[in-house]
Amino acid sequence: MTPAEKARARPANVPRDGPDLTGPELEARLHKTWSRPRGLIGWLSSVDHKEIGIRYIVTALVFFAMAGLLALHMRLQLATPDSNLMTPELYNESFTMHGSTMMFLFAVPVMQGMQIYLTPLMAGTRNMAFPRLTAFSYWMYLSGGLMLWISHVLNVSPDNGWFSYVPLAGPQYSPGKRADVWAQMITFTEVAALAVAVTLTATILKQRAPGMTLARMPIFLWSTLVTSLMVIFSMPSVALASSMLISDRSVGTQFFNPAENGDALLWQHLFWFFGHPEVYIIFLPGTAFVSEIVVTFCRRSIHGYSVVALSLVATGILAFGLWVHHMFATGLPRVGYSFFTAASMSVAIPTGLQIFCWIATMWEGRPRLTVPMLYVIGFIFTFVIGGLSGVIIASVPLDLQLTDTYFIVAHLHYVLIGGSVFPLLGAITYWFPKVTGRMMSERMGKVAFWTIFLGFQLAFFPMHISGLMGMPRRVFTYPAGMGLELWNMLSTIGAFVVGAAVLLFVVNLLASLFRGAPAGPNPWDAPSLEWAAASPPRPYNFAHIPVVESRTPLWDGADSLRVVHGLRVDEPELLLTTVISATPDLREPGVAPSLWPFVSTVAVAVAFVCSIFSPWALVFGAVPIGIALTAWFWPKKPPPEGEPVIV
Amino acid sequence: MKPVRLTVSVMAAIPVSGCAGIQTALGGQAVQSSDFVSLFTIFMVVCTLMYFVIVGALMWAVLRRRRESEACTVETGKHEVSTPQSRVALIAWTSVIAVGLSALAVASFFTDRSLAAAARNPKLAITVTAHQWWWDVQYTPVDPSHIIRTANELHLPVGVPTEITLKSDDVIHSFWIPKLAGKQDVIPGRVTDAQILPRQIGQYRGQCAEFCGAEHANMALDVTVESMADFKKWAAAQLQPATAPTTPLAAAGFNYVTTRQCSVCHNITGTPANGQVGPDLTHFASRKTIAAGTLPLTTGNLYGWIADPQSQKPGSQMPTMQIAPQDLHAIVAYLETLK
Repeated sequence: MTPAEKARARPANVPRDGPDLTGPELEARLHKTWSRPRGLIGWLSSVDHKEIGIRYIVTALVFFAMAGLLALHMRLQLATPDSNLMTPELYNESFTMHGSTMMFLFAVPVMQGMQIYLTPLMAGTRNMAFPRLTAFSYWMYLSGGLMLWISHVLNVSPDNGWFSYVPLAGPQYSPGKRADVWAQMITFTEVAALAVAVTLTATILKQRAPGMTLARMPIFLWSTLVTSLMVIFSMPSVALASSMLISDRSVGTQFFNPAENGDALLWQHLFWFFGHPEVYIIFLPGTAFVSEIVVTFCRRSIHGYSVVALSLVATGILAFGLWVHHMFATGLPRVGYSFFTAASMSVAIPTGLQIFCWIATMWEGRPRLTVPMLYVIGFIFTFVIGGLSGVIIASVPLDLQLTDTYFIVAHLHYVLIGGSVFPLLGAITYWFPKVTGRMMSERMGKVAFWTIFLGFQLAFFPMHISGLMGMPRRVFTYPAGMGLELWNMLSTIGAFVVGAAVLLFVVNLLASLFRGAPAGPNPWDAPSLEWAAASPPRPYNFAHIPVVESRTPLWDGADSLRVVHGLRVDEPELLLTTVISATPDLREPGVAPSLWPFVSTVAVAVAFVCSIFSPWALVFGAVPIGIALTAWFWPKKPPPEGEPVIV
Repeated sequence: MKPVRLTVSVMAAIPVSGCAGIQTALGGQAVQSSDFVSLFTIFMVVCTLMYFVIVGALMWAVLRRRRESEACTVETGKHEVSTPQSRVALIAWTSVIAVGLSALAVASFFTDRSLAAAARNPKLAITVTAHQWWWDVQYTPVDPSHIIRTANELHLPVGVPTEITLKSDDVIHSFWIPKLAGKQDVIPGRVTDAQILPRQIGQYRGQCAEFCGAEHANMALDVTVESMADFKKWAAAQLQPATAPTTPLAAAGFNYVTTRQCSVCHNITGTPANGQVGPDLTHFASRKTIAAGTLPLTTGNLYGWIADPQSQKPGSQMPTMQIAPQDLHAIVAYLETLK
């Protein structure tokens, strides 16, 4: 036998799923193979994408609630002019914590959490591509968030805004450790986000079910692929910027110090080269939730599938050509500004095409107004205002008046809450039965939707006007008599209505968790693969890997899906397929639960946190990190021989 | 979007509500800001139209064939069929967006050009240096002995194109007088500039628009646009050295201010006080506010400010000093003579 033939030969003594091993016996054996150990150690060792995804989502929602409470406190301060409820220091810390938490600890992680949970299920595979890296990323994210919020409790939280402009954040104007805490929180969350992006990209490109060509992927997977690539290309920019900032602050480099020929604007370029794509990293998953929900509740596959998929790709590319529109007031050359105006406006084209496709899907289908669908409609009503105000501020002469005013605060909340949080709340309602096996209450869901939708408009629409009336952003107070009182009071009332609505949503979530009506595998009769798994899904997701023959497999597959056979049952094993056509390619040994990602995170976290106090922490901290990573990657048994799949 | 109607009503409300609207971007009291108002109106009309087209289509699509029943079935094989009309609609919609955006981009571009053109041939040059958290203002005439230095106020003659050179002494600030012109960031290590051609006499307010630290909210600028005659009168008065104290109390204040801590930071031309760190006080009493718009300039506020600046504007560079009551009376009396 040649080596190739030997490799092709199928070891006979290994149990595999197949016609002779199926049903309850197969499920029991897969359950044993894919389950993690019980107890605390087992919990810390989990590499199951569903567990990690849920941890991500729950943690992000907790941060969302805390940042929301800060917002309510700030709205109380701004309810009346010349208010003394908060000191300027506390106000500045609060808006910095609010922005940093919402952007870095809520919006990006919650979307990545949804992606971690859903991607393997939608792609028809059993786990992520690099599950230990995924686990590591969660612990890194949690450490960064804890560090920031523990600093807040200890009164060393950052106070320079979520954008931390230099030289205000530099060593001269921000003595103390506040700005360092911010910079290291960025480092934590960057590492986490990059790690997740890599695993998601690999999972989507190599682990889709046989037959799920790129052109048959659910739109959600397209958006996940696009946003993950965007993370990979944009996050290094801010990681570089925050490292330069911390080295300016701790080892005396002068990257941003104008007195030593450093450049204050360099920071803004690096920050916004990341910061603008970041907005789309948050928004594109929101549009993908919308696409999935619209299809299910209109009983029609998405109108213009390739238009929607290409719009996602186009937005992802255009997002990298817009960053200077955050810097229109800095006095860069005017001809350059014209380019960035045109580029910023052109984003409206792919977004407009997506909106067209959703409306056309509703037009040609039969919409049913469930709670997720209400969130979709609320999303379009709200987000389009944000999109159009975005067109307004893409114009240089208009932006010069509107930038850094409450008009921008209104715009960004219309885009981020309207464009991402509304779809997210719809998505949580939509996938809740999959995750928990129970339905959320429709009635409570509808009340919560209408309260949050109307409360949101009341809170944020008046900000357009207070901005036009001349109220700058990031001010802890404003004088009486400038015509700002009414609009601010309305905003404050609206903010509390939103707070009450979010509380109602959480009550519904918790009540339904224990008392919701039981949901079968596919309560909405939805078309995509995650609804073929049990609710909640078993640790192995699918007893047999499904075969996909259309974009809406569960609508087209008569009564049952076709499946492939032959994956090992005694060891975790994954099926790899080719990148474009998703033909079976290789078997890949799965990964057992491991404590080392957690231990490595502890080592990295100690080094990062100590580096706030001394740069030597990175030198000495490298030793435990090296030990932990060595243990993580230590080969525990000889690698199994590659086995091509027999098709 | 509703703002068109709302902005119109807001603009209508301005004259009746006193100084409400003193900082509105919808004022248009200079060439630069009225360009904003016209362009903003064009954008608002187009965007409002687009908004109603989109939500109209959405509501029609949702309500047209809404299903009331719980039936959750899908007709196999039929869920992908789409009509040829939808393809036409898609192309039409794309064209509408592209044409609309191009029109707006062109309008924006020409407004930008006209802003640049309005700035040519300035007749008045002013240098504004931003500090945490106040504005140092210097008028640079041809004759260097005629430099006017003031703080936190700007006097502009109506109809005169003015070029303002912007410098920062510390962090990034942004120079913004909404009723006259858009923002221009003030960046350490760089020199930027703003152009204003005021068209309407009046009192306006400017404010720092880039977050610059603890007291970013209290960094305002009082702007007076006046006739050329009034401006010349003001400038002539500013060129005079400080008036000498005439009452014994003011003389005591003069002694205190020129010989104690005050003179380390503040300049009062014509006296030994020549500090360069804080605002110039030569004609302090002719201004409208204290501490960059933090407080209106009244005797009571002046007492409060000098006795304890840190409770009025926490974080301000002016420390709270223990000043004896009789000294405080004297200082206030003296400062109030500095017209």
